[in-house]
Amino acid sequence: MATERQERTIQEVKDSDPVCDAQTGLKFVHVEADQAVAYITRLRDVQGYTHLVFFTAIDYIEDSIFRLTYMVHNYASRQDLGVQVDIPRHGTTMESIHHLWPHAATYQRELKEMFGIDFPGSPGLDDSFILEGWTGIPPMRREFDTKLYSEQTYFPRPGRVTHDTTAYMKEKLYPSEAETW
Amino acid sequence: MKESNMDGLQTTATETEQQLEDMAKEMRLANDGLLEQDKGYFCDVRPHRVEPYKGIMESFANWARSQSLWILGFGTGCGAIELRPLMTSRFDMYRYGIQARPTPRQSCVFIIGGYASVKTLKRIVRSYEQMQGPKFVLGLGSCTVNGGMYWDSYNTINRIDQYIPVDVYIAGCMPRPEALLGGFIKLKQMIREGKCEGMNKYIDDFDWYKANQKQIIHDWNMPDYNW
Amino acid sequence: MNEIMTKAWYTLISLFVITNYGLLLGGTMARVRAKVQGRIGQPVWQPYIDILKNNFKRTGIYHGVMFYLGPVFRLAGGLGTYLFIPAVYGSLVFSNFSFSGDLLLVMYFIFFGQLGMALGAGQSGHPYSPLGVSRGLAQMTAFEVPFALSVIAIAAQYQTLSITEIVAAQQGGILNWVAFTNPLAMVAGMISFLGMSMGNPFSVVIAPQEIPIGPPTEMQSSFLGMLQTNRAIFNGAKLVLFMNLYFGGATNIWIMVIKTFLIYLYTVIVDASFPRFRTDQSIRFFLGTPALIGIAAVVLQML
Repeated sequence: MATERQERTIQEVKDSDPVCDAQTGLKFVHVEADQAVAYITRLRDVQGYTHLVFFTAIDYIEDSIFRLTYMVHNYASRQDLGVQVDIPRHGTTMESIHHLWPHAATYQRELKEMFGIDFPGSPGLDDSFILEGWTGIPPMRREFDTKLYSEQTYFPRPGRVTHDTTAYMKEKLYPSEAETW
Repeated sequence: MKESNMDGLQTTATETEQQLEDMAKEMRLANDGLLEQDKGYFCDVRPHRVEPYKGIMESFANWARSQSLWILGFGTGCGAIELRPLMTSRFDMYRYGIQARPTPRQSCVFIIGGYASVKTLKRIVRSYEQMQGPKFVLGLGSCTVNGGMYWDSYNTINRIDQYIPVDVYIAGCMPRPEALLGGFIKLKQMIREGKCEGMNKYIDDFDWYKANQKQIIHDWNMPDYNW
Repeated sequence: MNEIMTKAWYTLISLFVITNYGLLLGGTMARVRAKVQGRIGQPVWQPYIDILKNNFKRTGIYHGVMFYLGPVFRLAGGLGTYLFIPAVYGSLVFSNFSFSGDLLLVMYFIFFGQLGMALGAGQSGHPYSPLGVSRGLAQMTAFEVPFALSVIAIAAQYQTLSITEIVAAQQGGILNWVAFTNPLAMVAGMISFLGMSMGNPFSVVIAPQEIPIGPPTEMQSSFLGMLQTNRAIFNGAKLVLFMNLYFGGATNIWIMVIKTFLIYLYTVIVDASFPRFRTDQSIRFFLGTPALIGIAAVVLQML
């Protein structure tokens, strides 16, 4: 049951044409966080986007937001549509969509583990997905220094050298052809 | 006088008992990761060193071991894709006495196929300990040597030799099946020379290996040694 | 006393020969399979090295008394099957104890090993072992039906259950073989032999892909070495039994080698050319056409 304000926004979103990416042909719609689930429900039930392709998050630490992307697919028109939702990075909670697609619960479990985004009511949300017994900050948040963590934890082998690719190719492999790079 | 003597005797008796208990405790594994009601299901005996035979007997046994290498069919990373072609008519590992076995109990070569995430490492340790010695480990790909392209990842280990002993490394990303066969031939040569004592090395440095493993495997819900 | 000692020596020689023959046959057939797949294949002596290696393992895990006894029962089944069959008809050394046992005892021994193995594998506690055992026993019960019908037809034909007498009745030319005098019984028996040798259409018991290796999942080290030795003896015993029942037995060891090799080759050819049945499919298969052929063979004998 969408509220009156949500109904109005859904109507507005429906009328406005989604932003189309010129290169890929993918269409993206930007929706406010509190209207997102109602909008996606409408997409699924009315507009024929019956398939949830993926559901992921991107960390824009500069704007201190997570951008959630729900990619849905319409089999009849063979059209993908990405629904983008910005949520704040701290104290992040998002409405769960596991009642729309059961497999969304797995995506939400992954997002909880990797980004720390909470989806209240999603089944099995706190079960470990890949990281078993992880205690630190969620590793896909960008303030997590993965290189530092790896060096402190995983016994790096001494003597490992990282080369600058262009310089190394120039020096070692293709001395004459390096200019073309 | 008499009483104090009795007291003294009693204290020495309890002290010796305490020492004996401590010694017994040292011989046992704590199995702290298990639930109290589950501890009865698992063996808590420390693994013990098994000395090789002496002289010609060991040479003969090593020859037999080198001619019959049964690999554990556990693809731990992307390198497992290089194991499949070995069975085909192009590479035909059966020529060298190499066969794949589906259970760790019957196999003697463990191929770490590339990167090992922490979650996989837990399974690697379990499988490795369930194999019956002498057992050999082949590190396949750069990821097992120094982390390869995943060297700065939060979830993949850098060096497999910190967690289980490794006999032969095959560098490359990915090494071709020919390189894998070359590694097998090197392994055979080393077994025949009696250099592959990884099983005893694991037991000698058991506490060091366990400390390394427990440092990164946070939810240790298995016995300390999987018999 | 002297007679008993001689007999004991003969038995040991006979066992030694059949073990080595079984191992070499296994190695040869692995090579034949490799040729079918366009490979070079393992050396012929690979089974020896595998057994040596398994017995040279430094550690072994046991799960209890029955786990120890499982391979022992299996070996007893293999030995029992072999020792009550005359490997070479009329030979002092290779006629074994065929004077004291008959076909029904041998059929029992074929089943006995599997049952013992079931007990041992059950105690290992690995879930895949009972899964393999239940598949094996279900399939075994199914292929016993055409085999038993075929045996009944032969027993009715010659009015005896003694294998030596059945072989004796088939002497004197190729047309006296059961394969020609009672072809329906031969067909039913040879189809059930496919199931008994667990070649490819019926290999779901040890299905290496879905359930690791089936019953011997937890068997390792010298337990596995023992099972492999037994597999060689048991294979030899089964081949000799089917040669005796349907193809006139053998009067010297070279004929035995040729005939058993050809019988084994037949299972390998089937093995290399067919995909695998599921357990229910193989049970339905055995209880279908082969069982009907077996019934027809019995009815024809009774008429």
